[in-house]
Amino acid sequence: MTVALVIVSHSVKLADGVVELAEQMARDVPLRAAAGTDDGRIGTSFDKVNDAVTELRLAGHDVVILTDLGSATMTVESVLDFLDADEQEHVRFADGPLVEGAVAAAVTAQVGGTLEAVAQAALARELFASG
Amino acid sequence: MSDTLSTAWALAWIRGAQAVLAENRAELNDLDRAIGDGDHGENMDRGFKAVAAKLEAGAEDVQGVLKLVASTLMSTVGGAAGPLYGTAFLRAAKATTGDVDSDGVVALIAGSLEGIVARGKATTGEKTMVDAWTPALGAAQAAVGTGAGPIAVLRAAADAAAAGAEATIPLQATKGRASYLGERSIGHKDPGATSTALILACAADAAEAL
Repeated sequence: MTVALVIVSHSVKLADGVVELAEQMARDVPLRAAAGTDDGRIGTSFDKVNDAVTELRLAGHDVVILTDLGSATMTVESVLDFLDADEQEHVRFADGPLVEGAVAAAVTAQVGGTLEAVAQAALARELFASG
Repeated sequence: MSDTLSTAWALAWIRGAQAVLAENRAELNDLDRAIGDGDHGENMDRGFKAVAAKLEAGAEDVQGVLKLVASTLMSTVGGAAGPLYGTAFLRAAKATTGDVDSDGVVALIAGSLEGIVARGKATTGEKTMVDAWTPALGAAQAAVGTGAGPIAVLRAAADAAAAGAEATIPLQATKGRASYLGERSIGHKDPGATSTALILACAADAAEAL
């Protein structure tokens, strides 16, 4: 089963744009945006992230989560804390650059990458290699 | 005056905090506008209004109140304050059992601080709410050492949190979005430390009014 991605952003437009960009190269990878607050303002929502992860897990996918800014990261870490230990095995938070990381992760998932491989790709480490 | 703080105290605390955060909404927004995204007052006001609505039904014990605050803030606040305060109240609930005595107040504050540090990975001197919670814990521990009751312990913690918040003014932010401002973050009071001081003052006020 393909690894799925959840894109967490303060901005609905930003998350939708990242999904739009990543899906061009990864037609078969489930990509979910979990962005904005519950009432549609700038921010992140524990419930939106939790719902996206739960839905993908129920469909049988392992899940990699990417975020934009620090407080989105804290929301994601809170969601992960609330997951059962055996569920935590199937979900990874990758603290990489959102746009490059999402595209790299989506391509890796498209070609059948494992949860670890997709999470590693999402870090987009080669962008920060010196020299 | 009693030696323990009960569910009635916890309910009065959180309802008081809702009122005080609503009153200070504009001030917290202004502080946040100087070094952040300008929505801390709005976010805290919305979060605690949602909490107050849920508390209409009451709660079984102190821990029930704290857990309801935690889960509601996590899903309604939106900014960094949601997961930070949510984790703080959750750990505070887990750190205590039943009514709260002097040691319980210390455990509650220690649990909150530990949750915030675990979630935000900040330490003291970085111009965050840790700079209010840390002196609050120190003052609470010192008060317990002199044999103070829970109400006096809470007041000592609240006063120390307020002093801690004031002491963030000359600091340069090195954590969170304010750190992007570098030296320009100096000269402003941290909004998270400020809301921490307000919330702890409400805890002491509610205990004194019982």
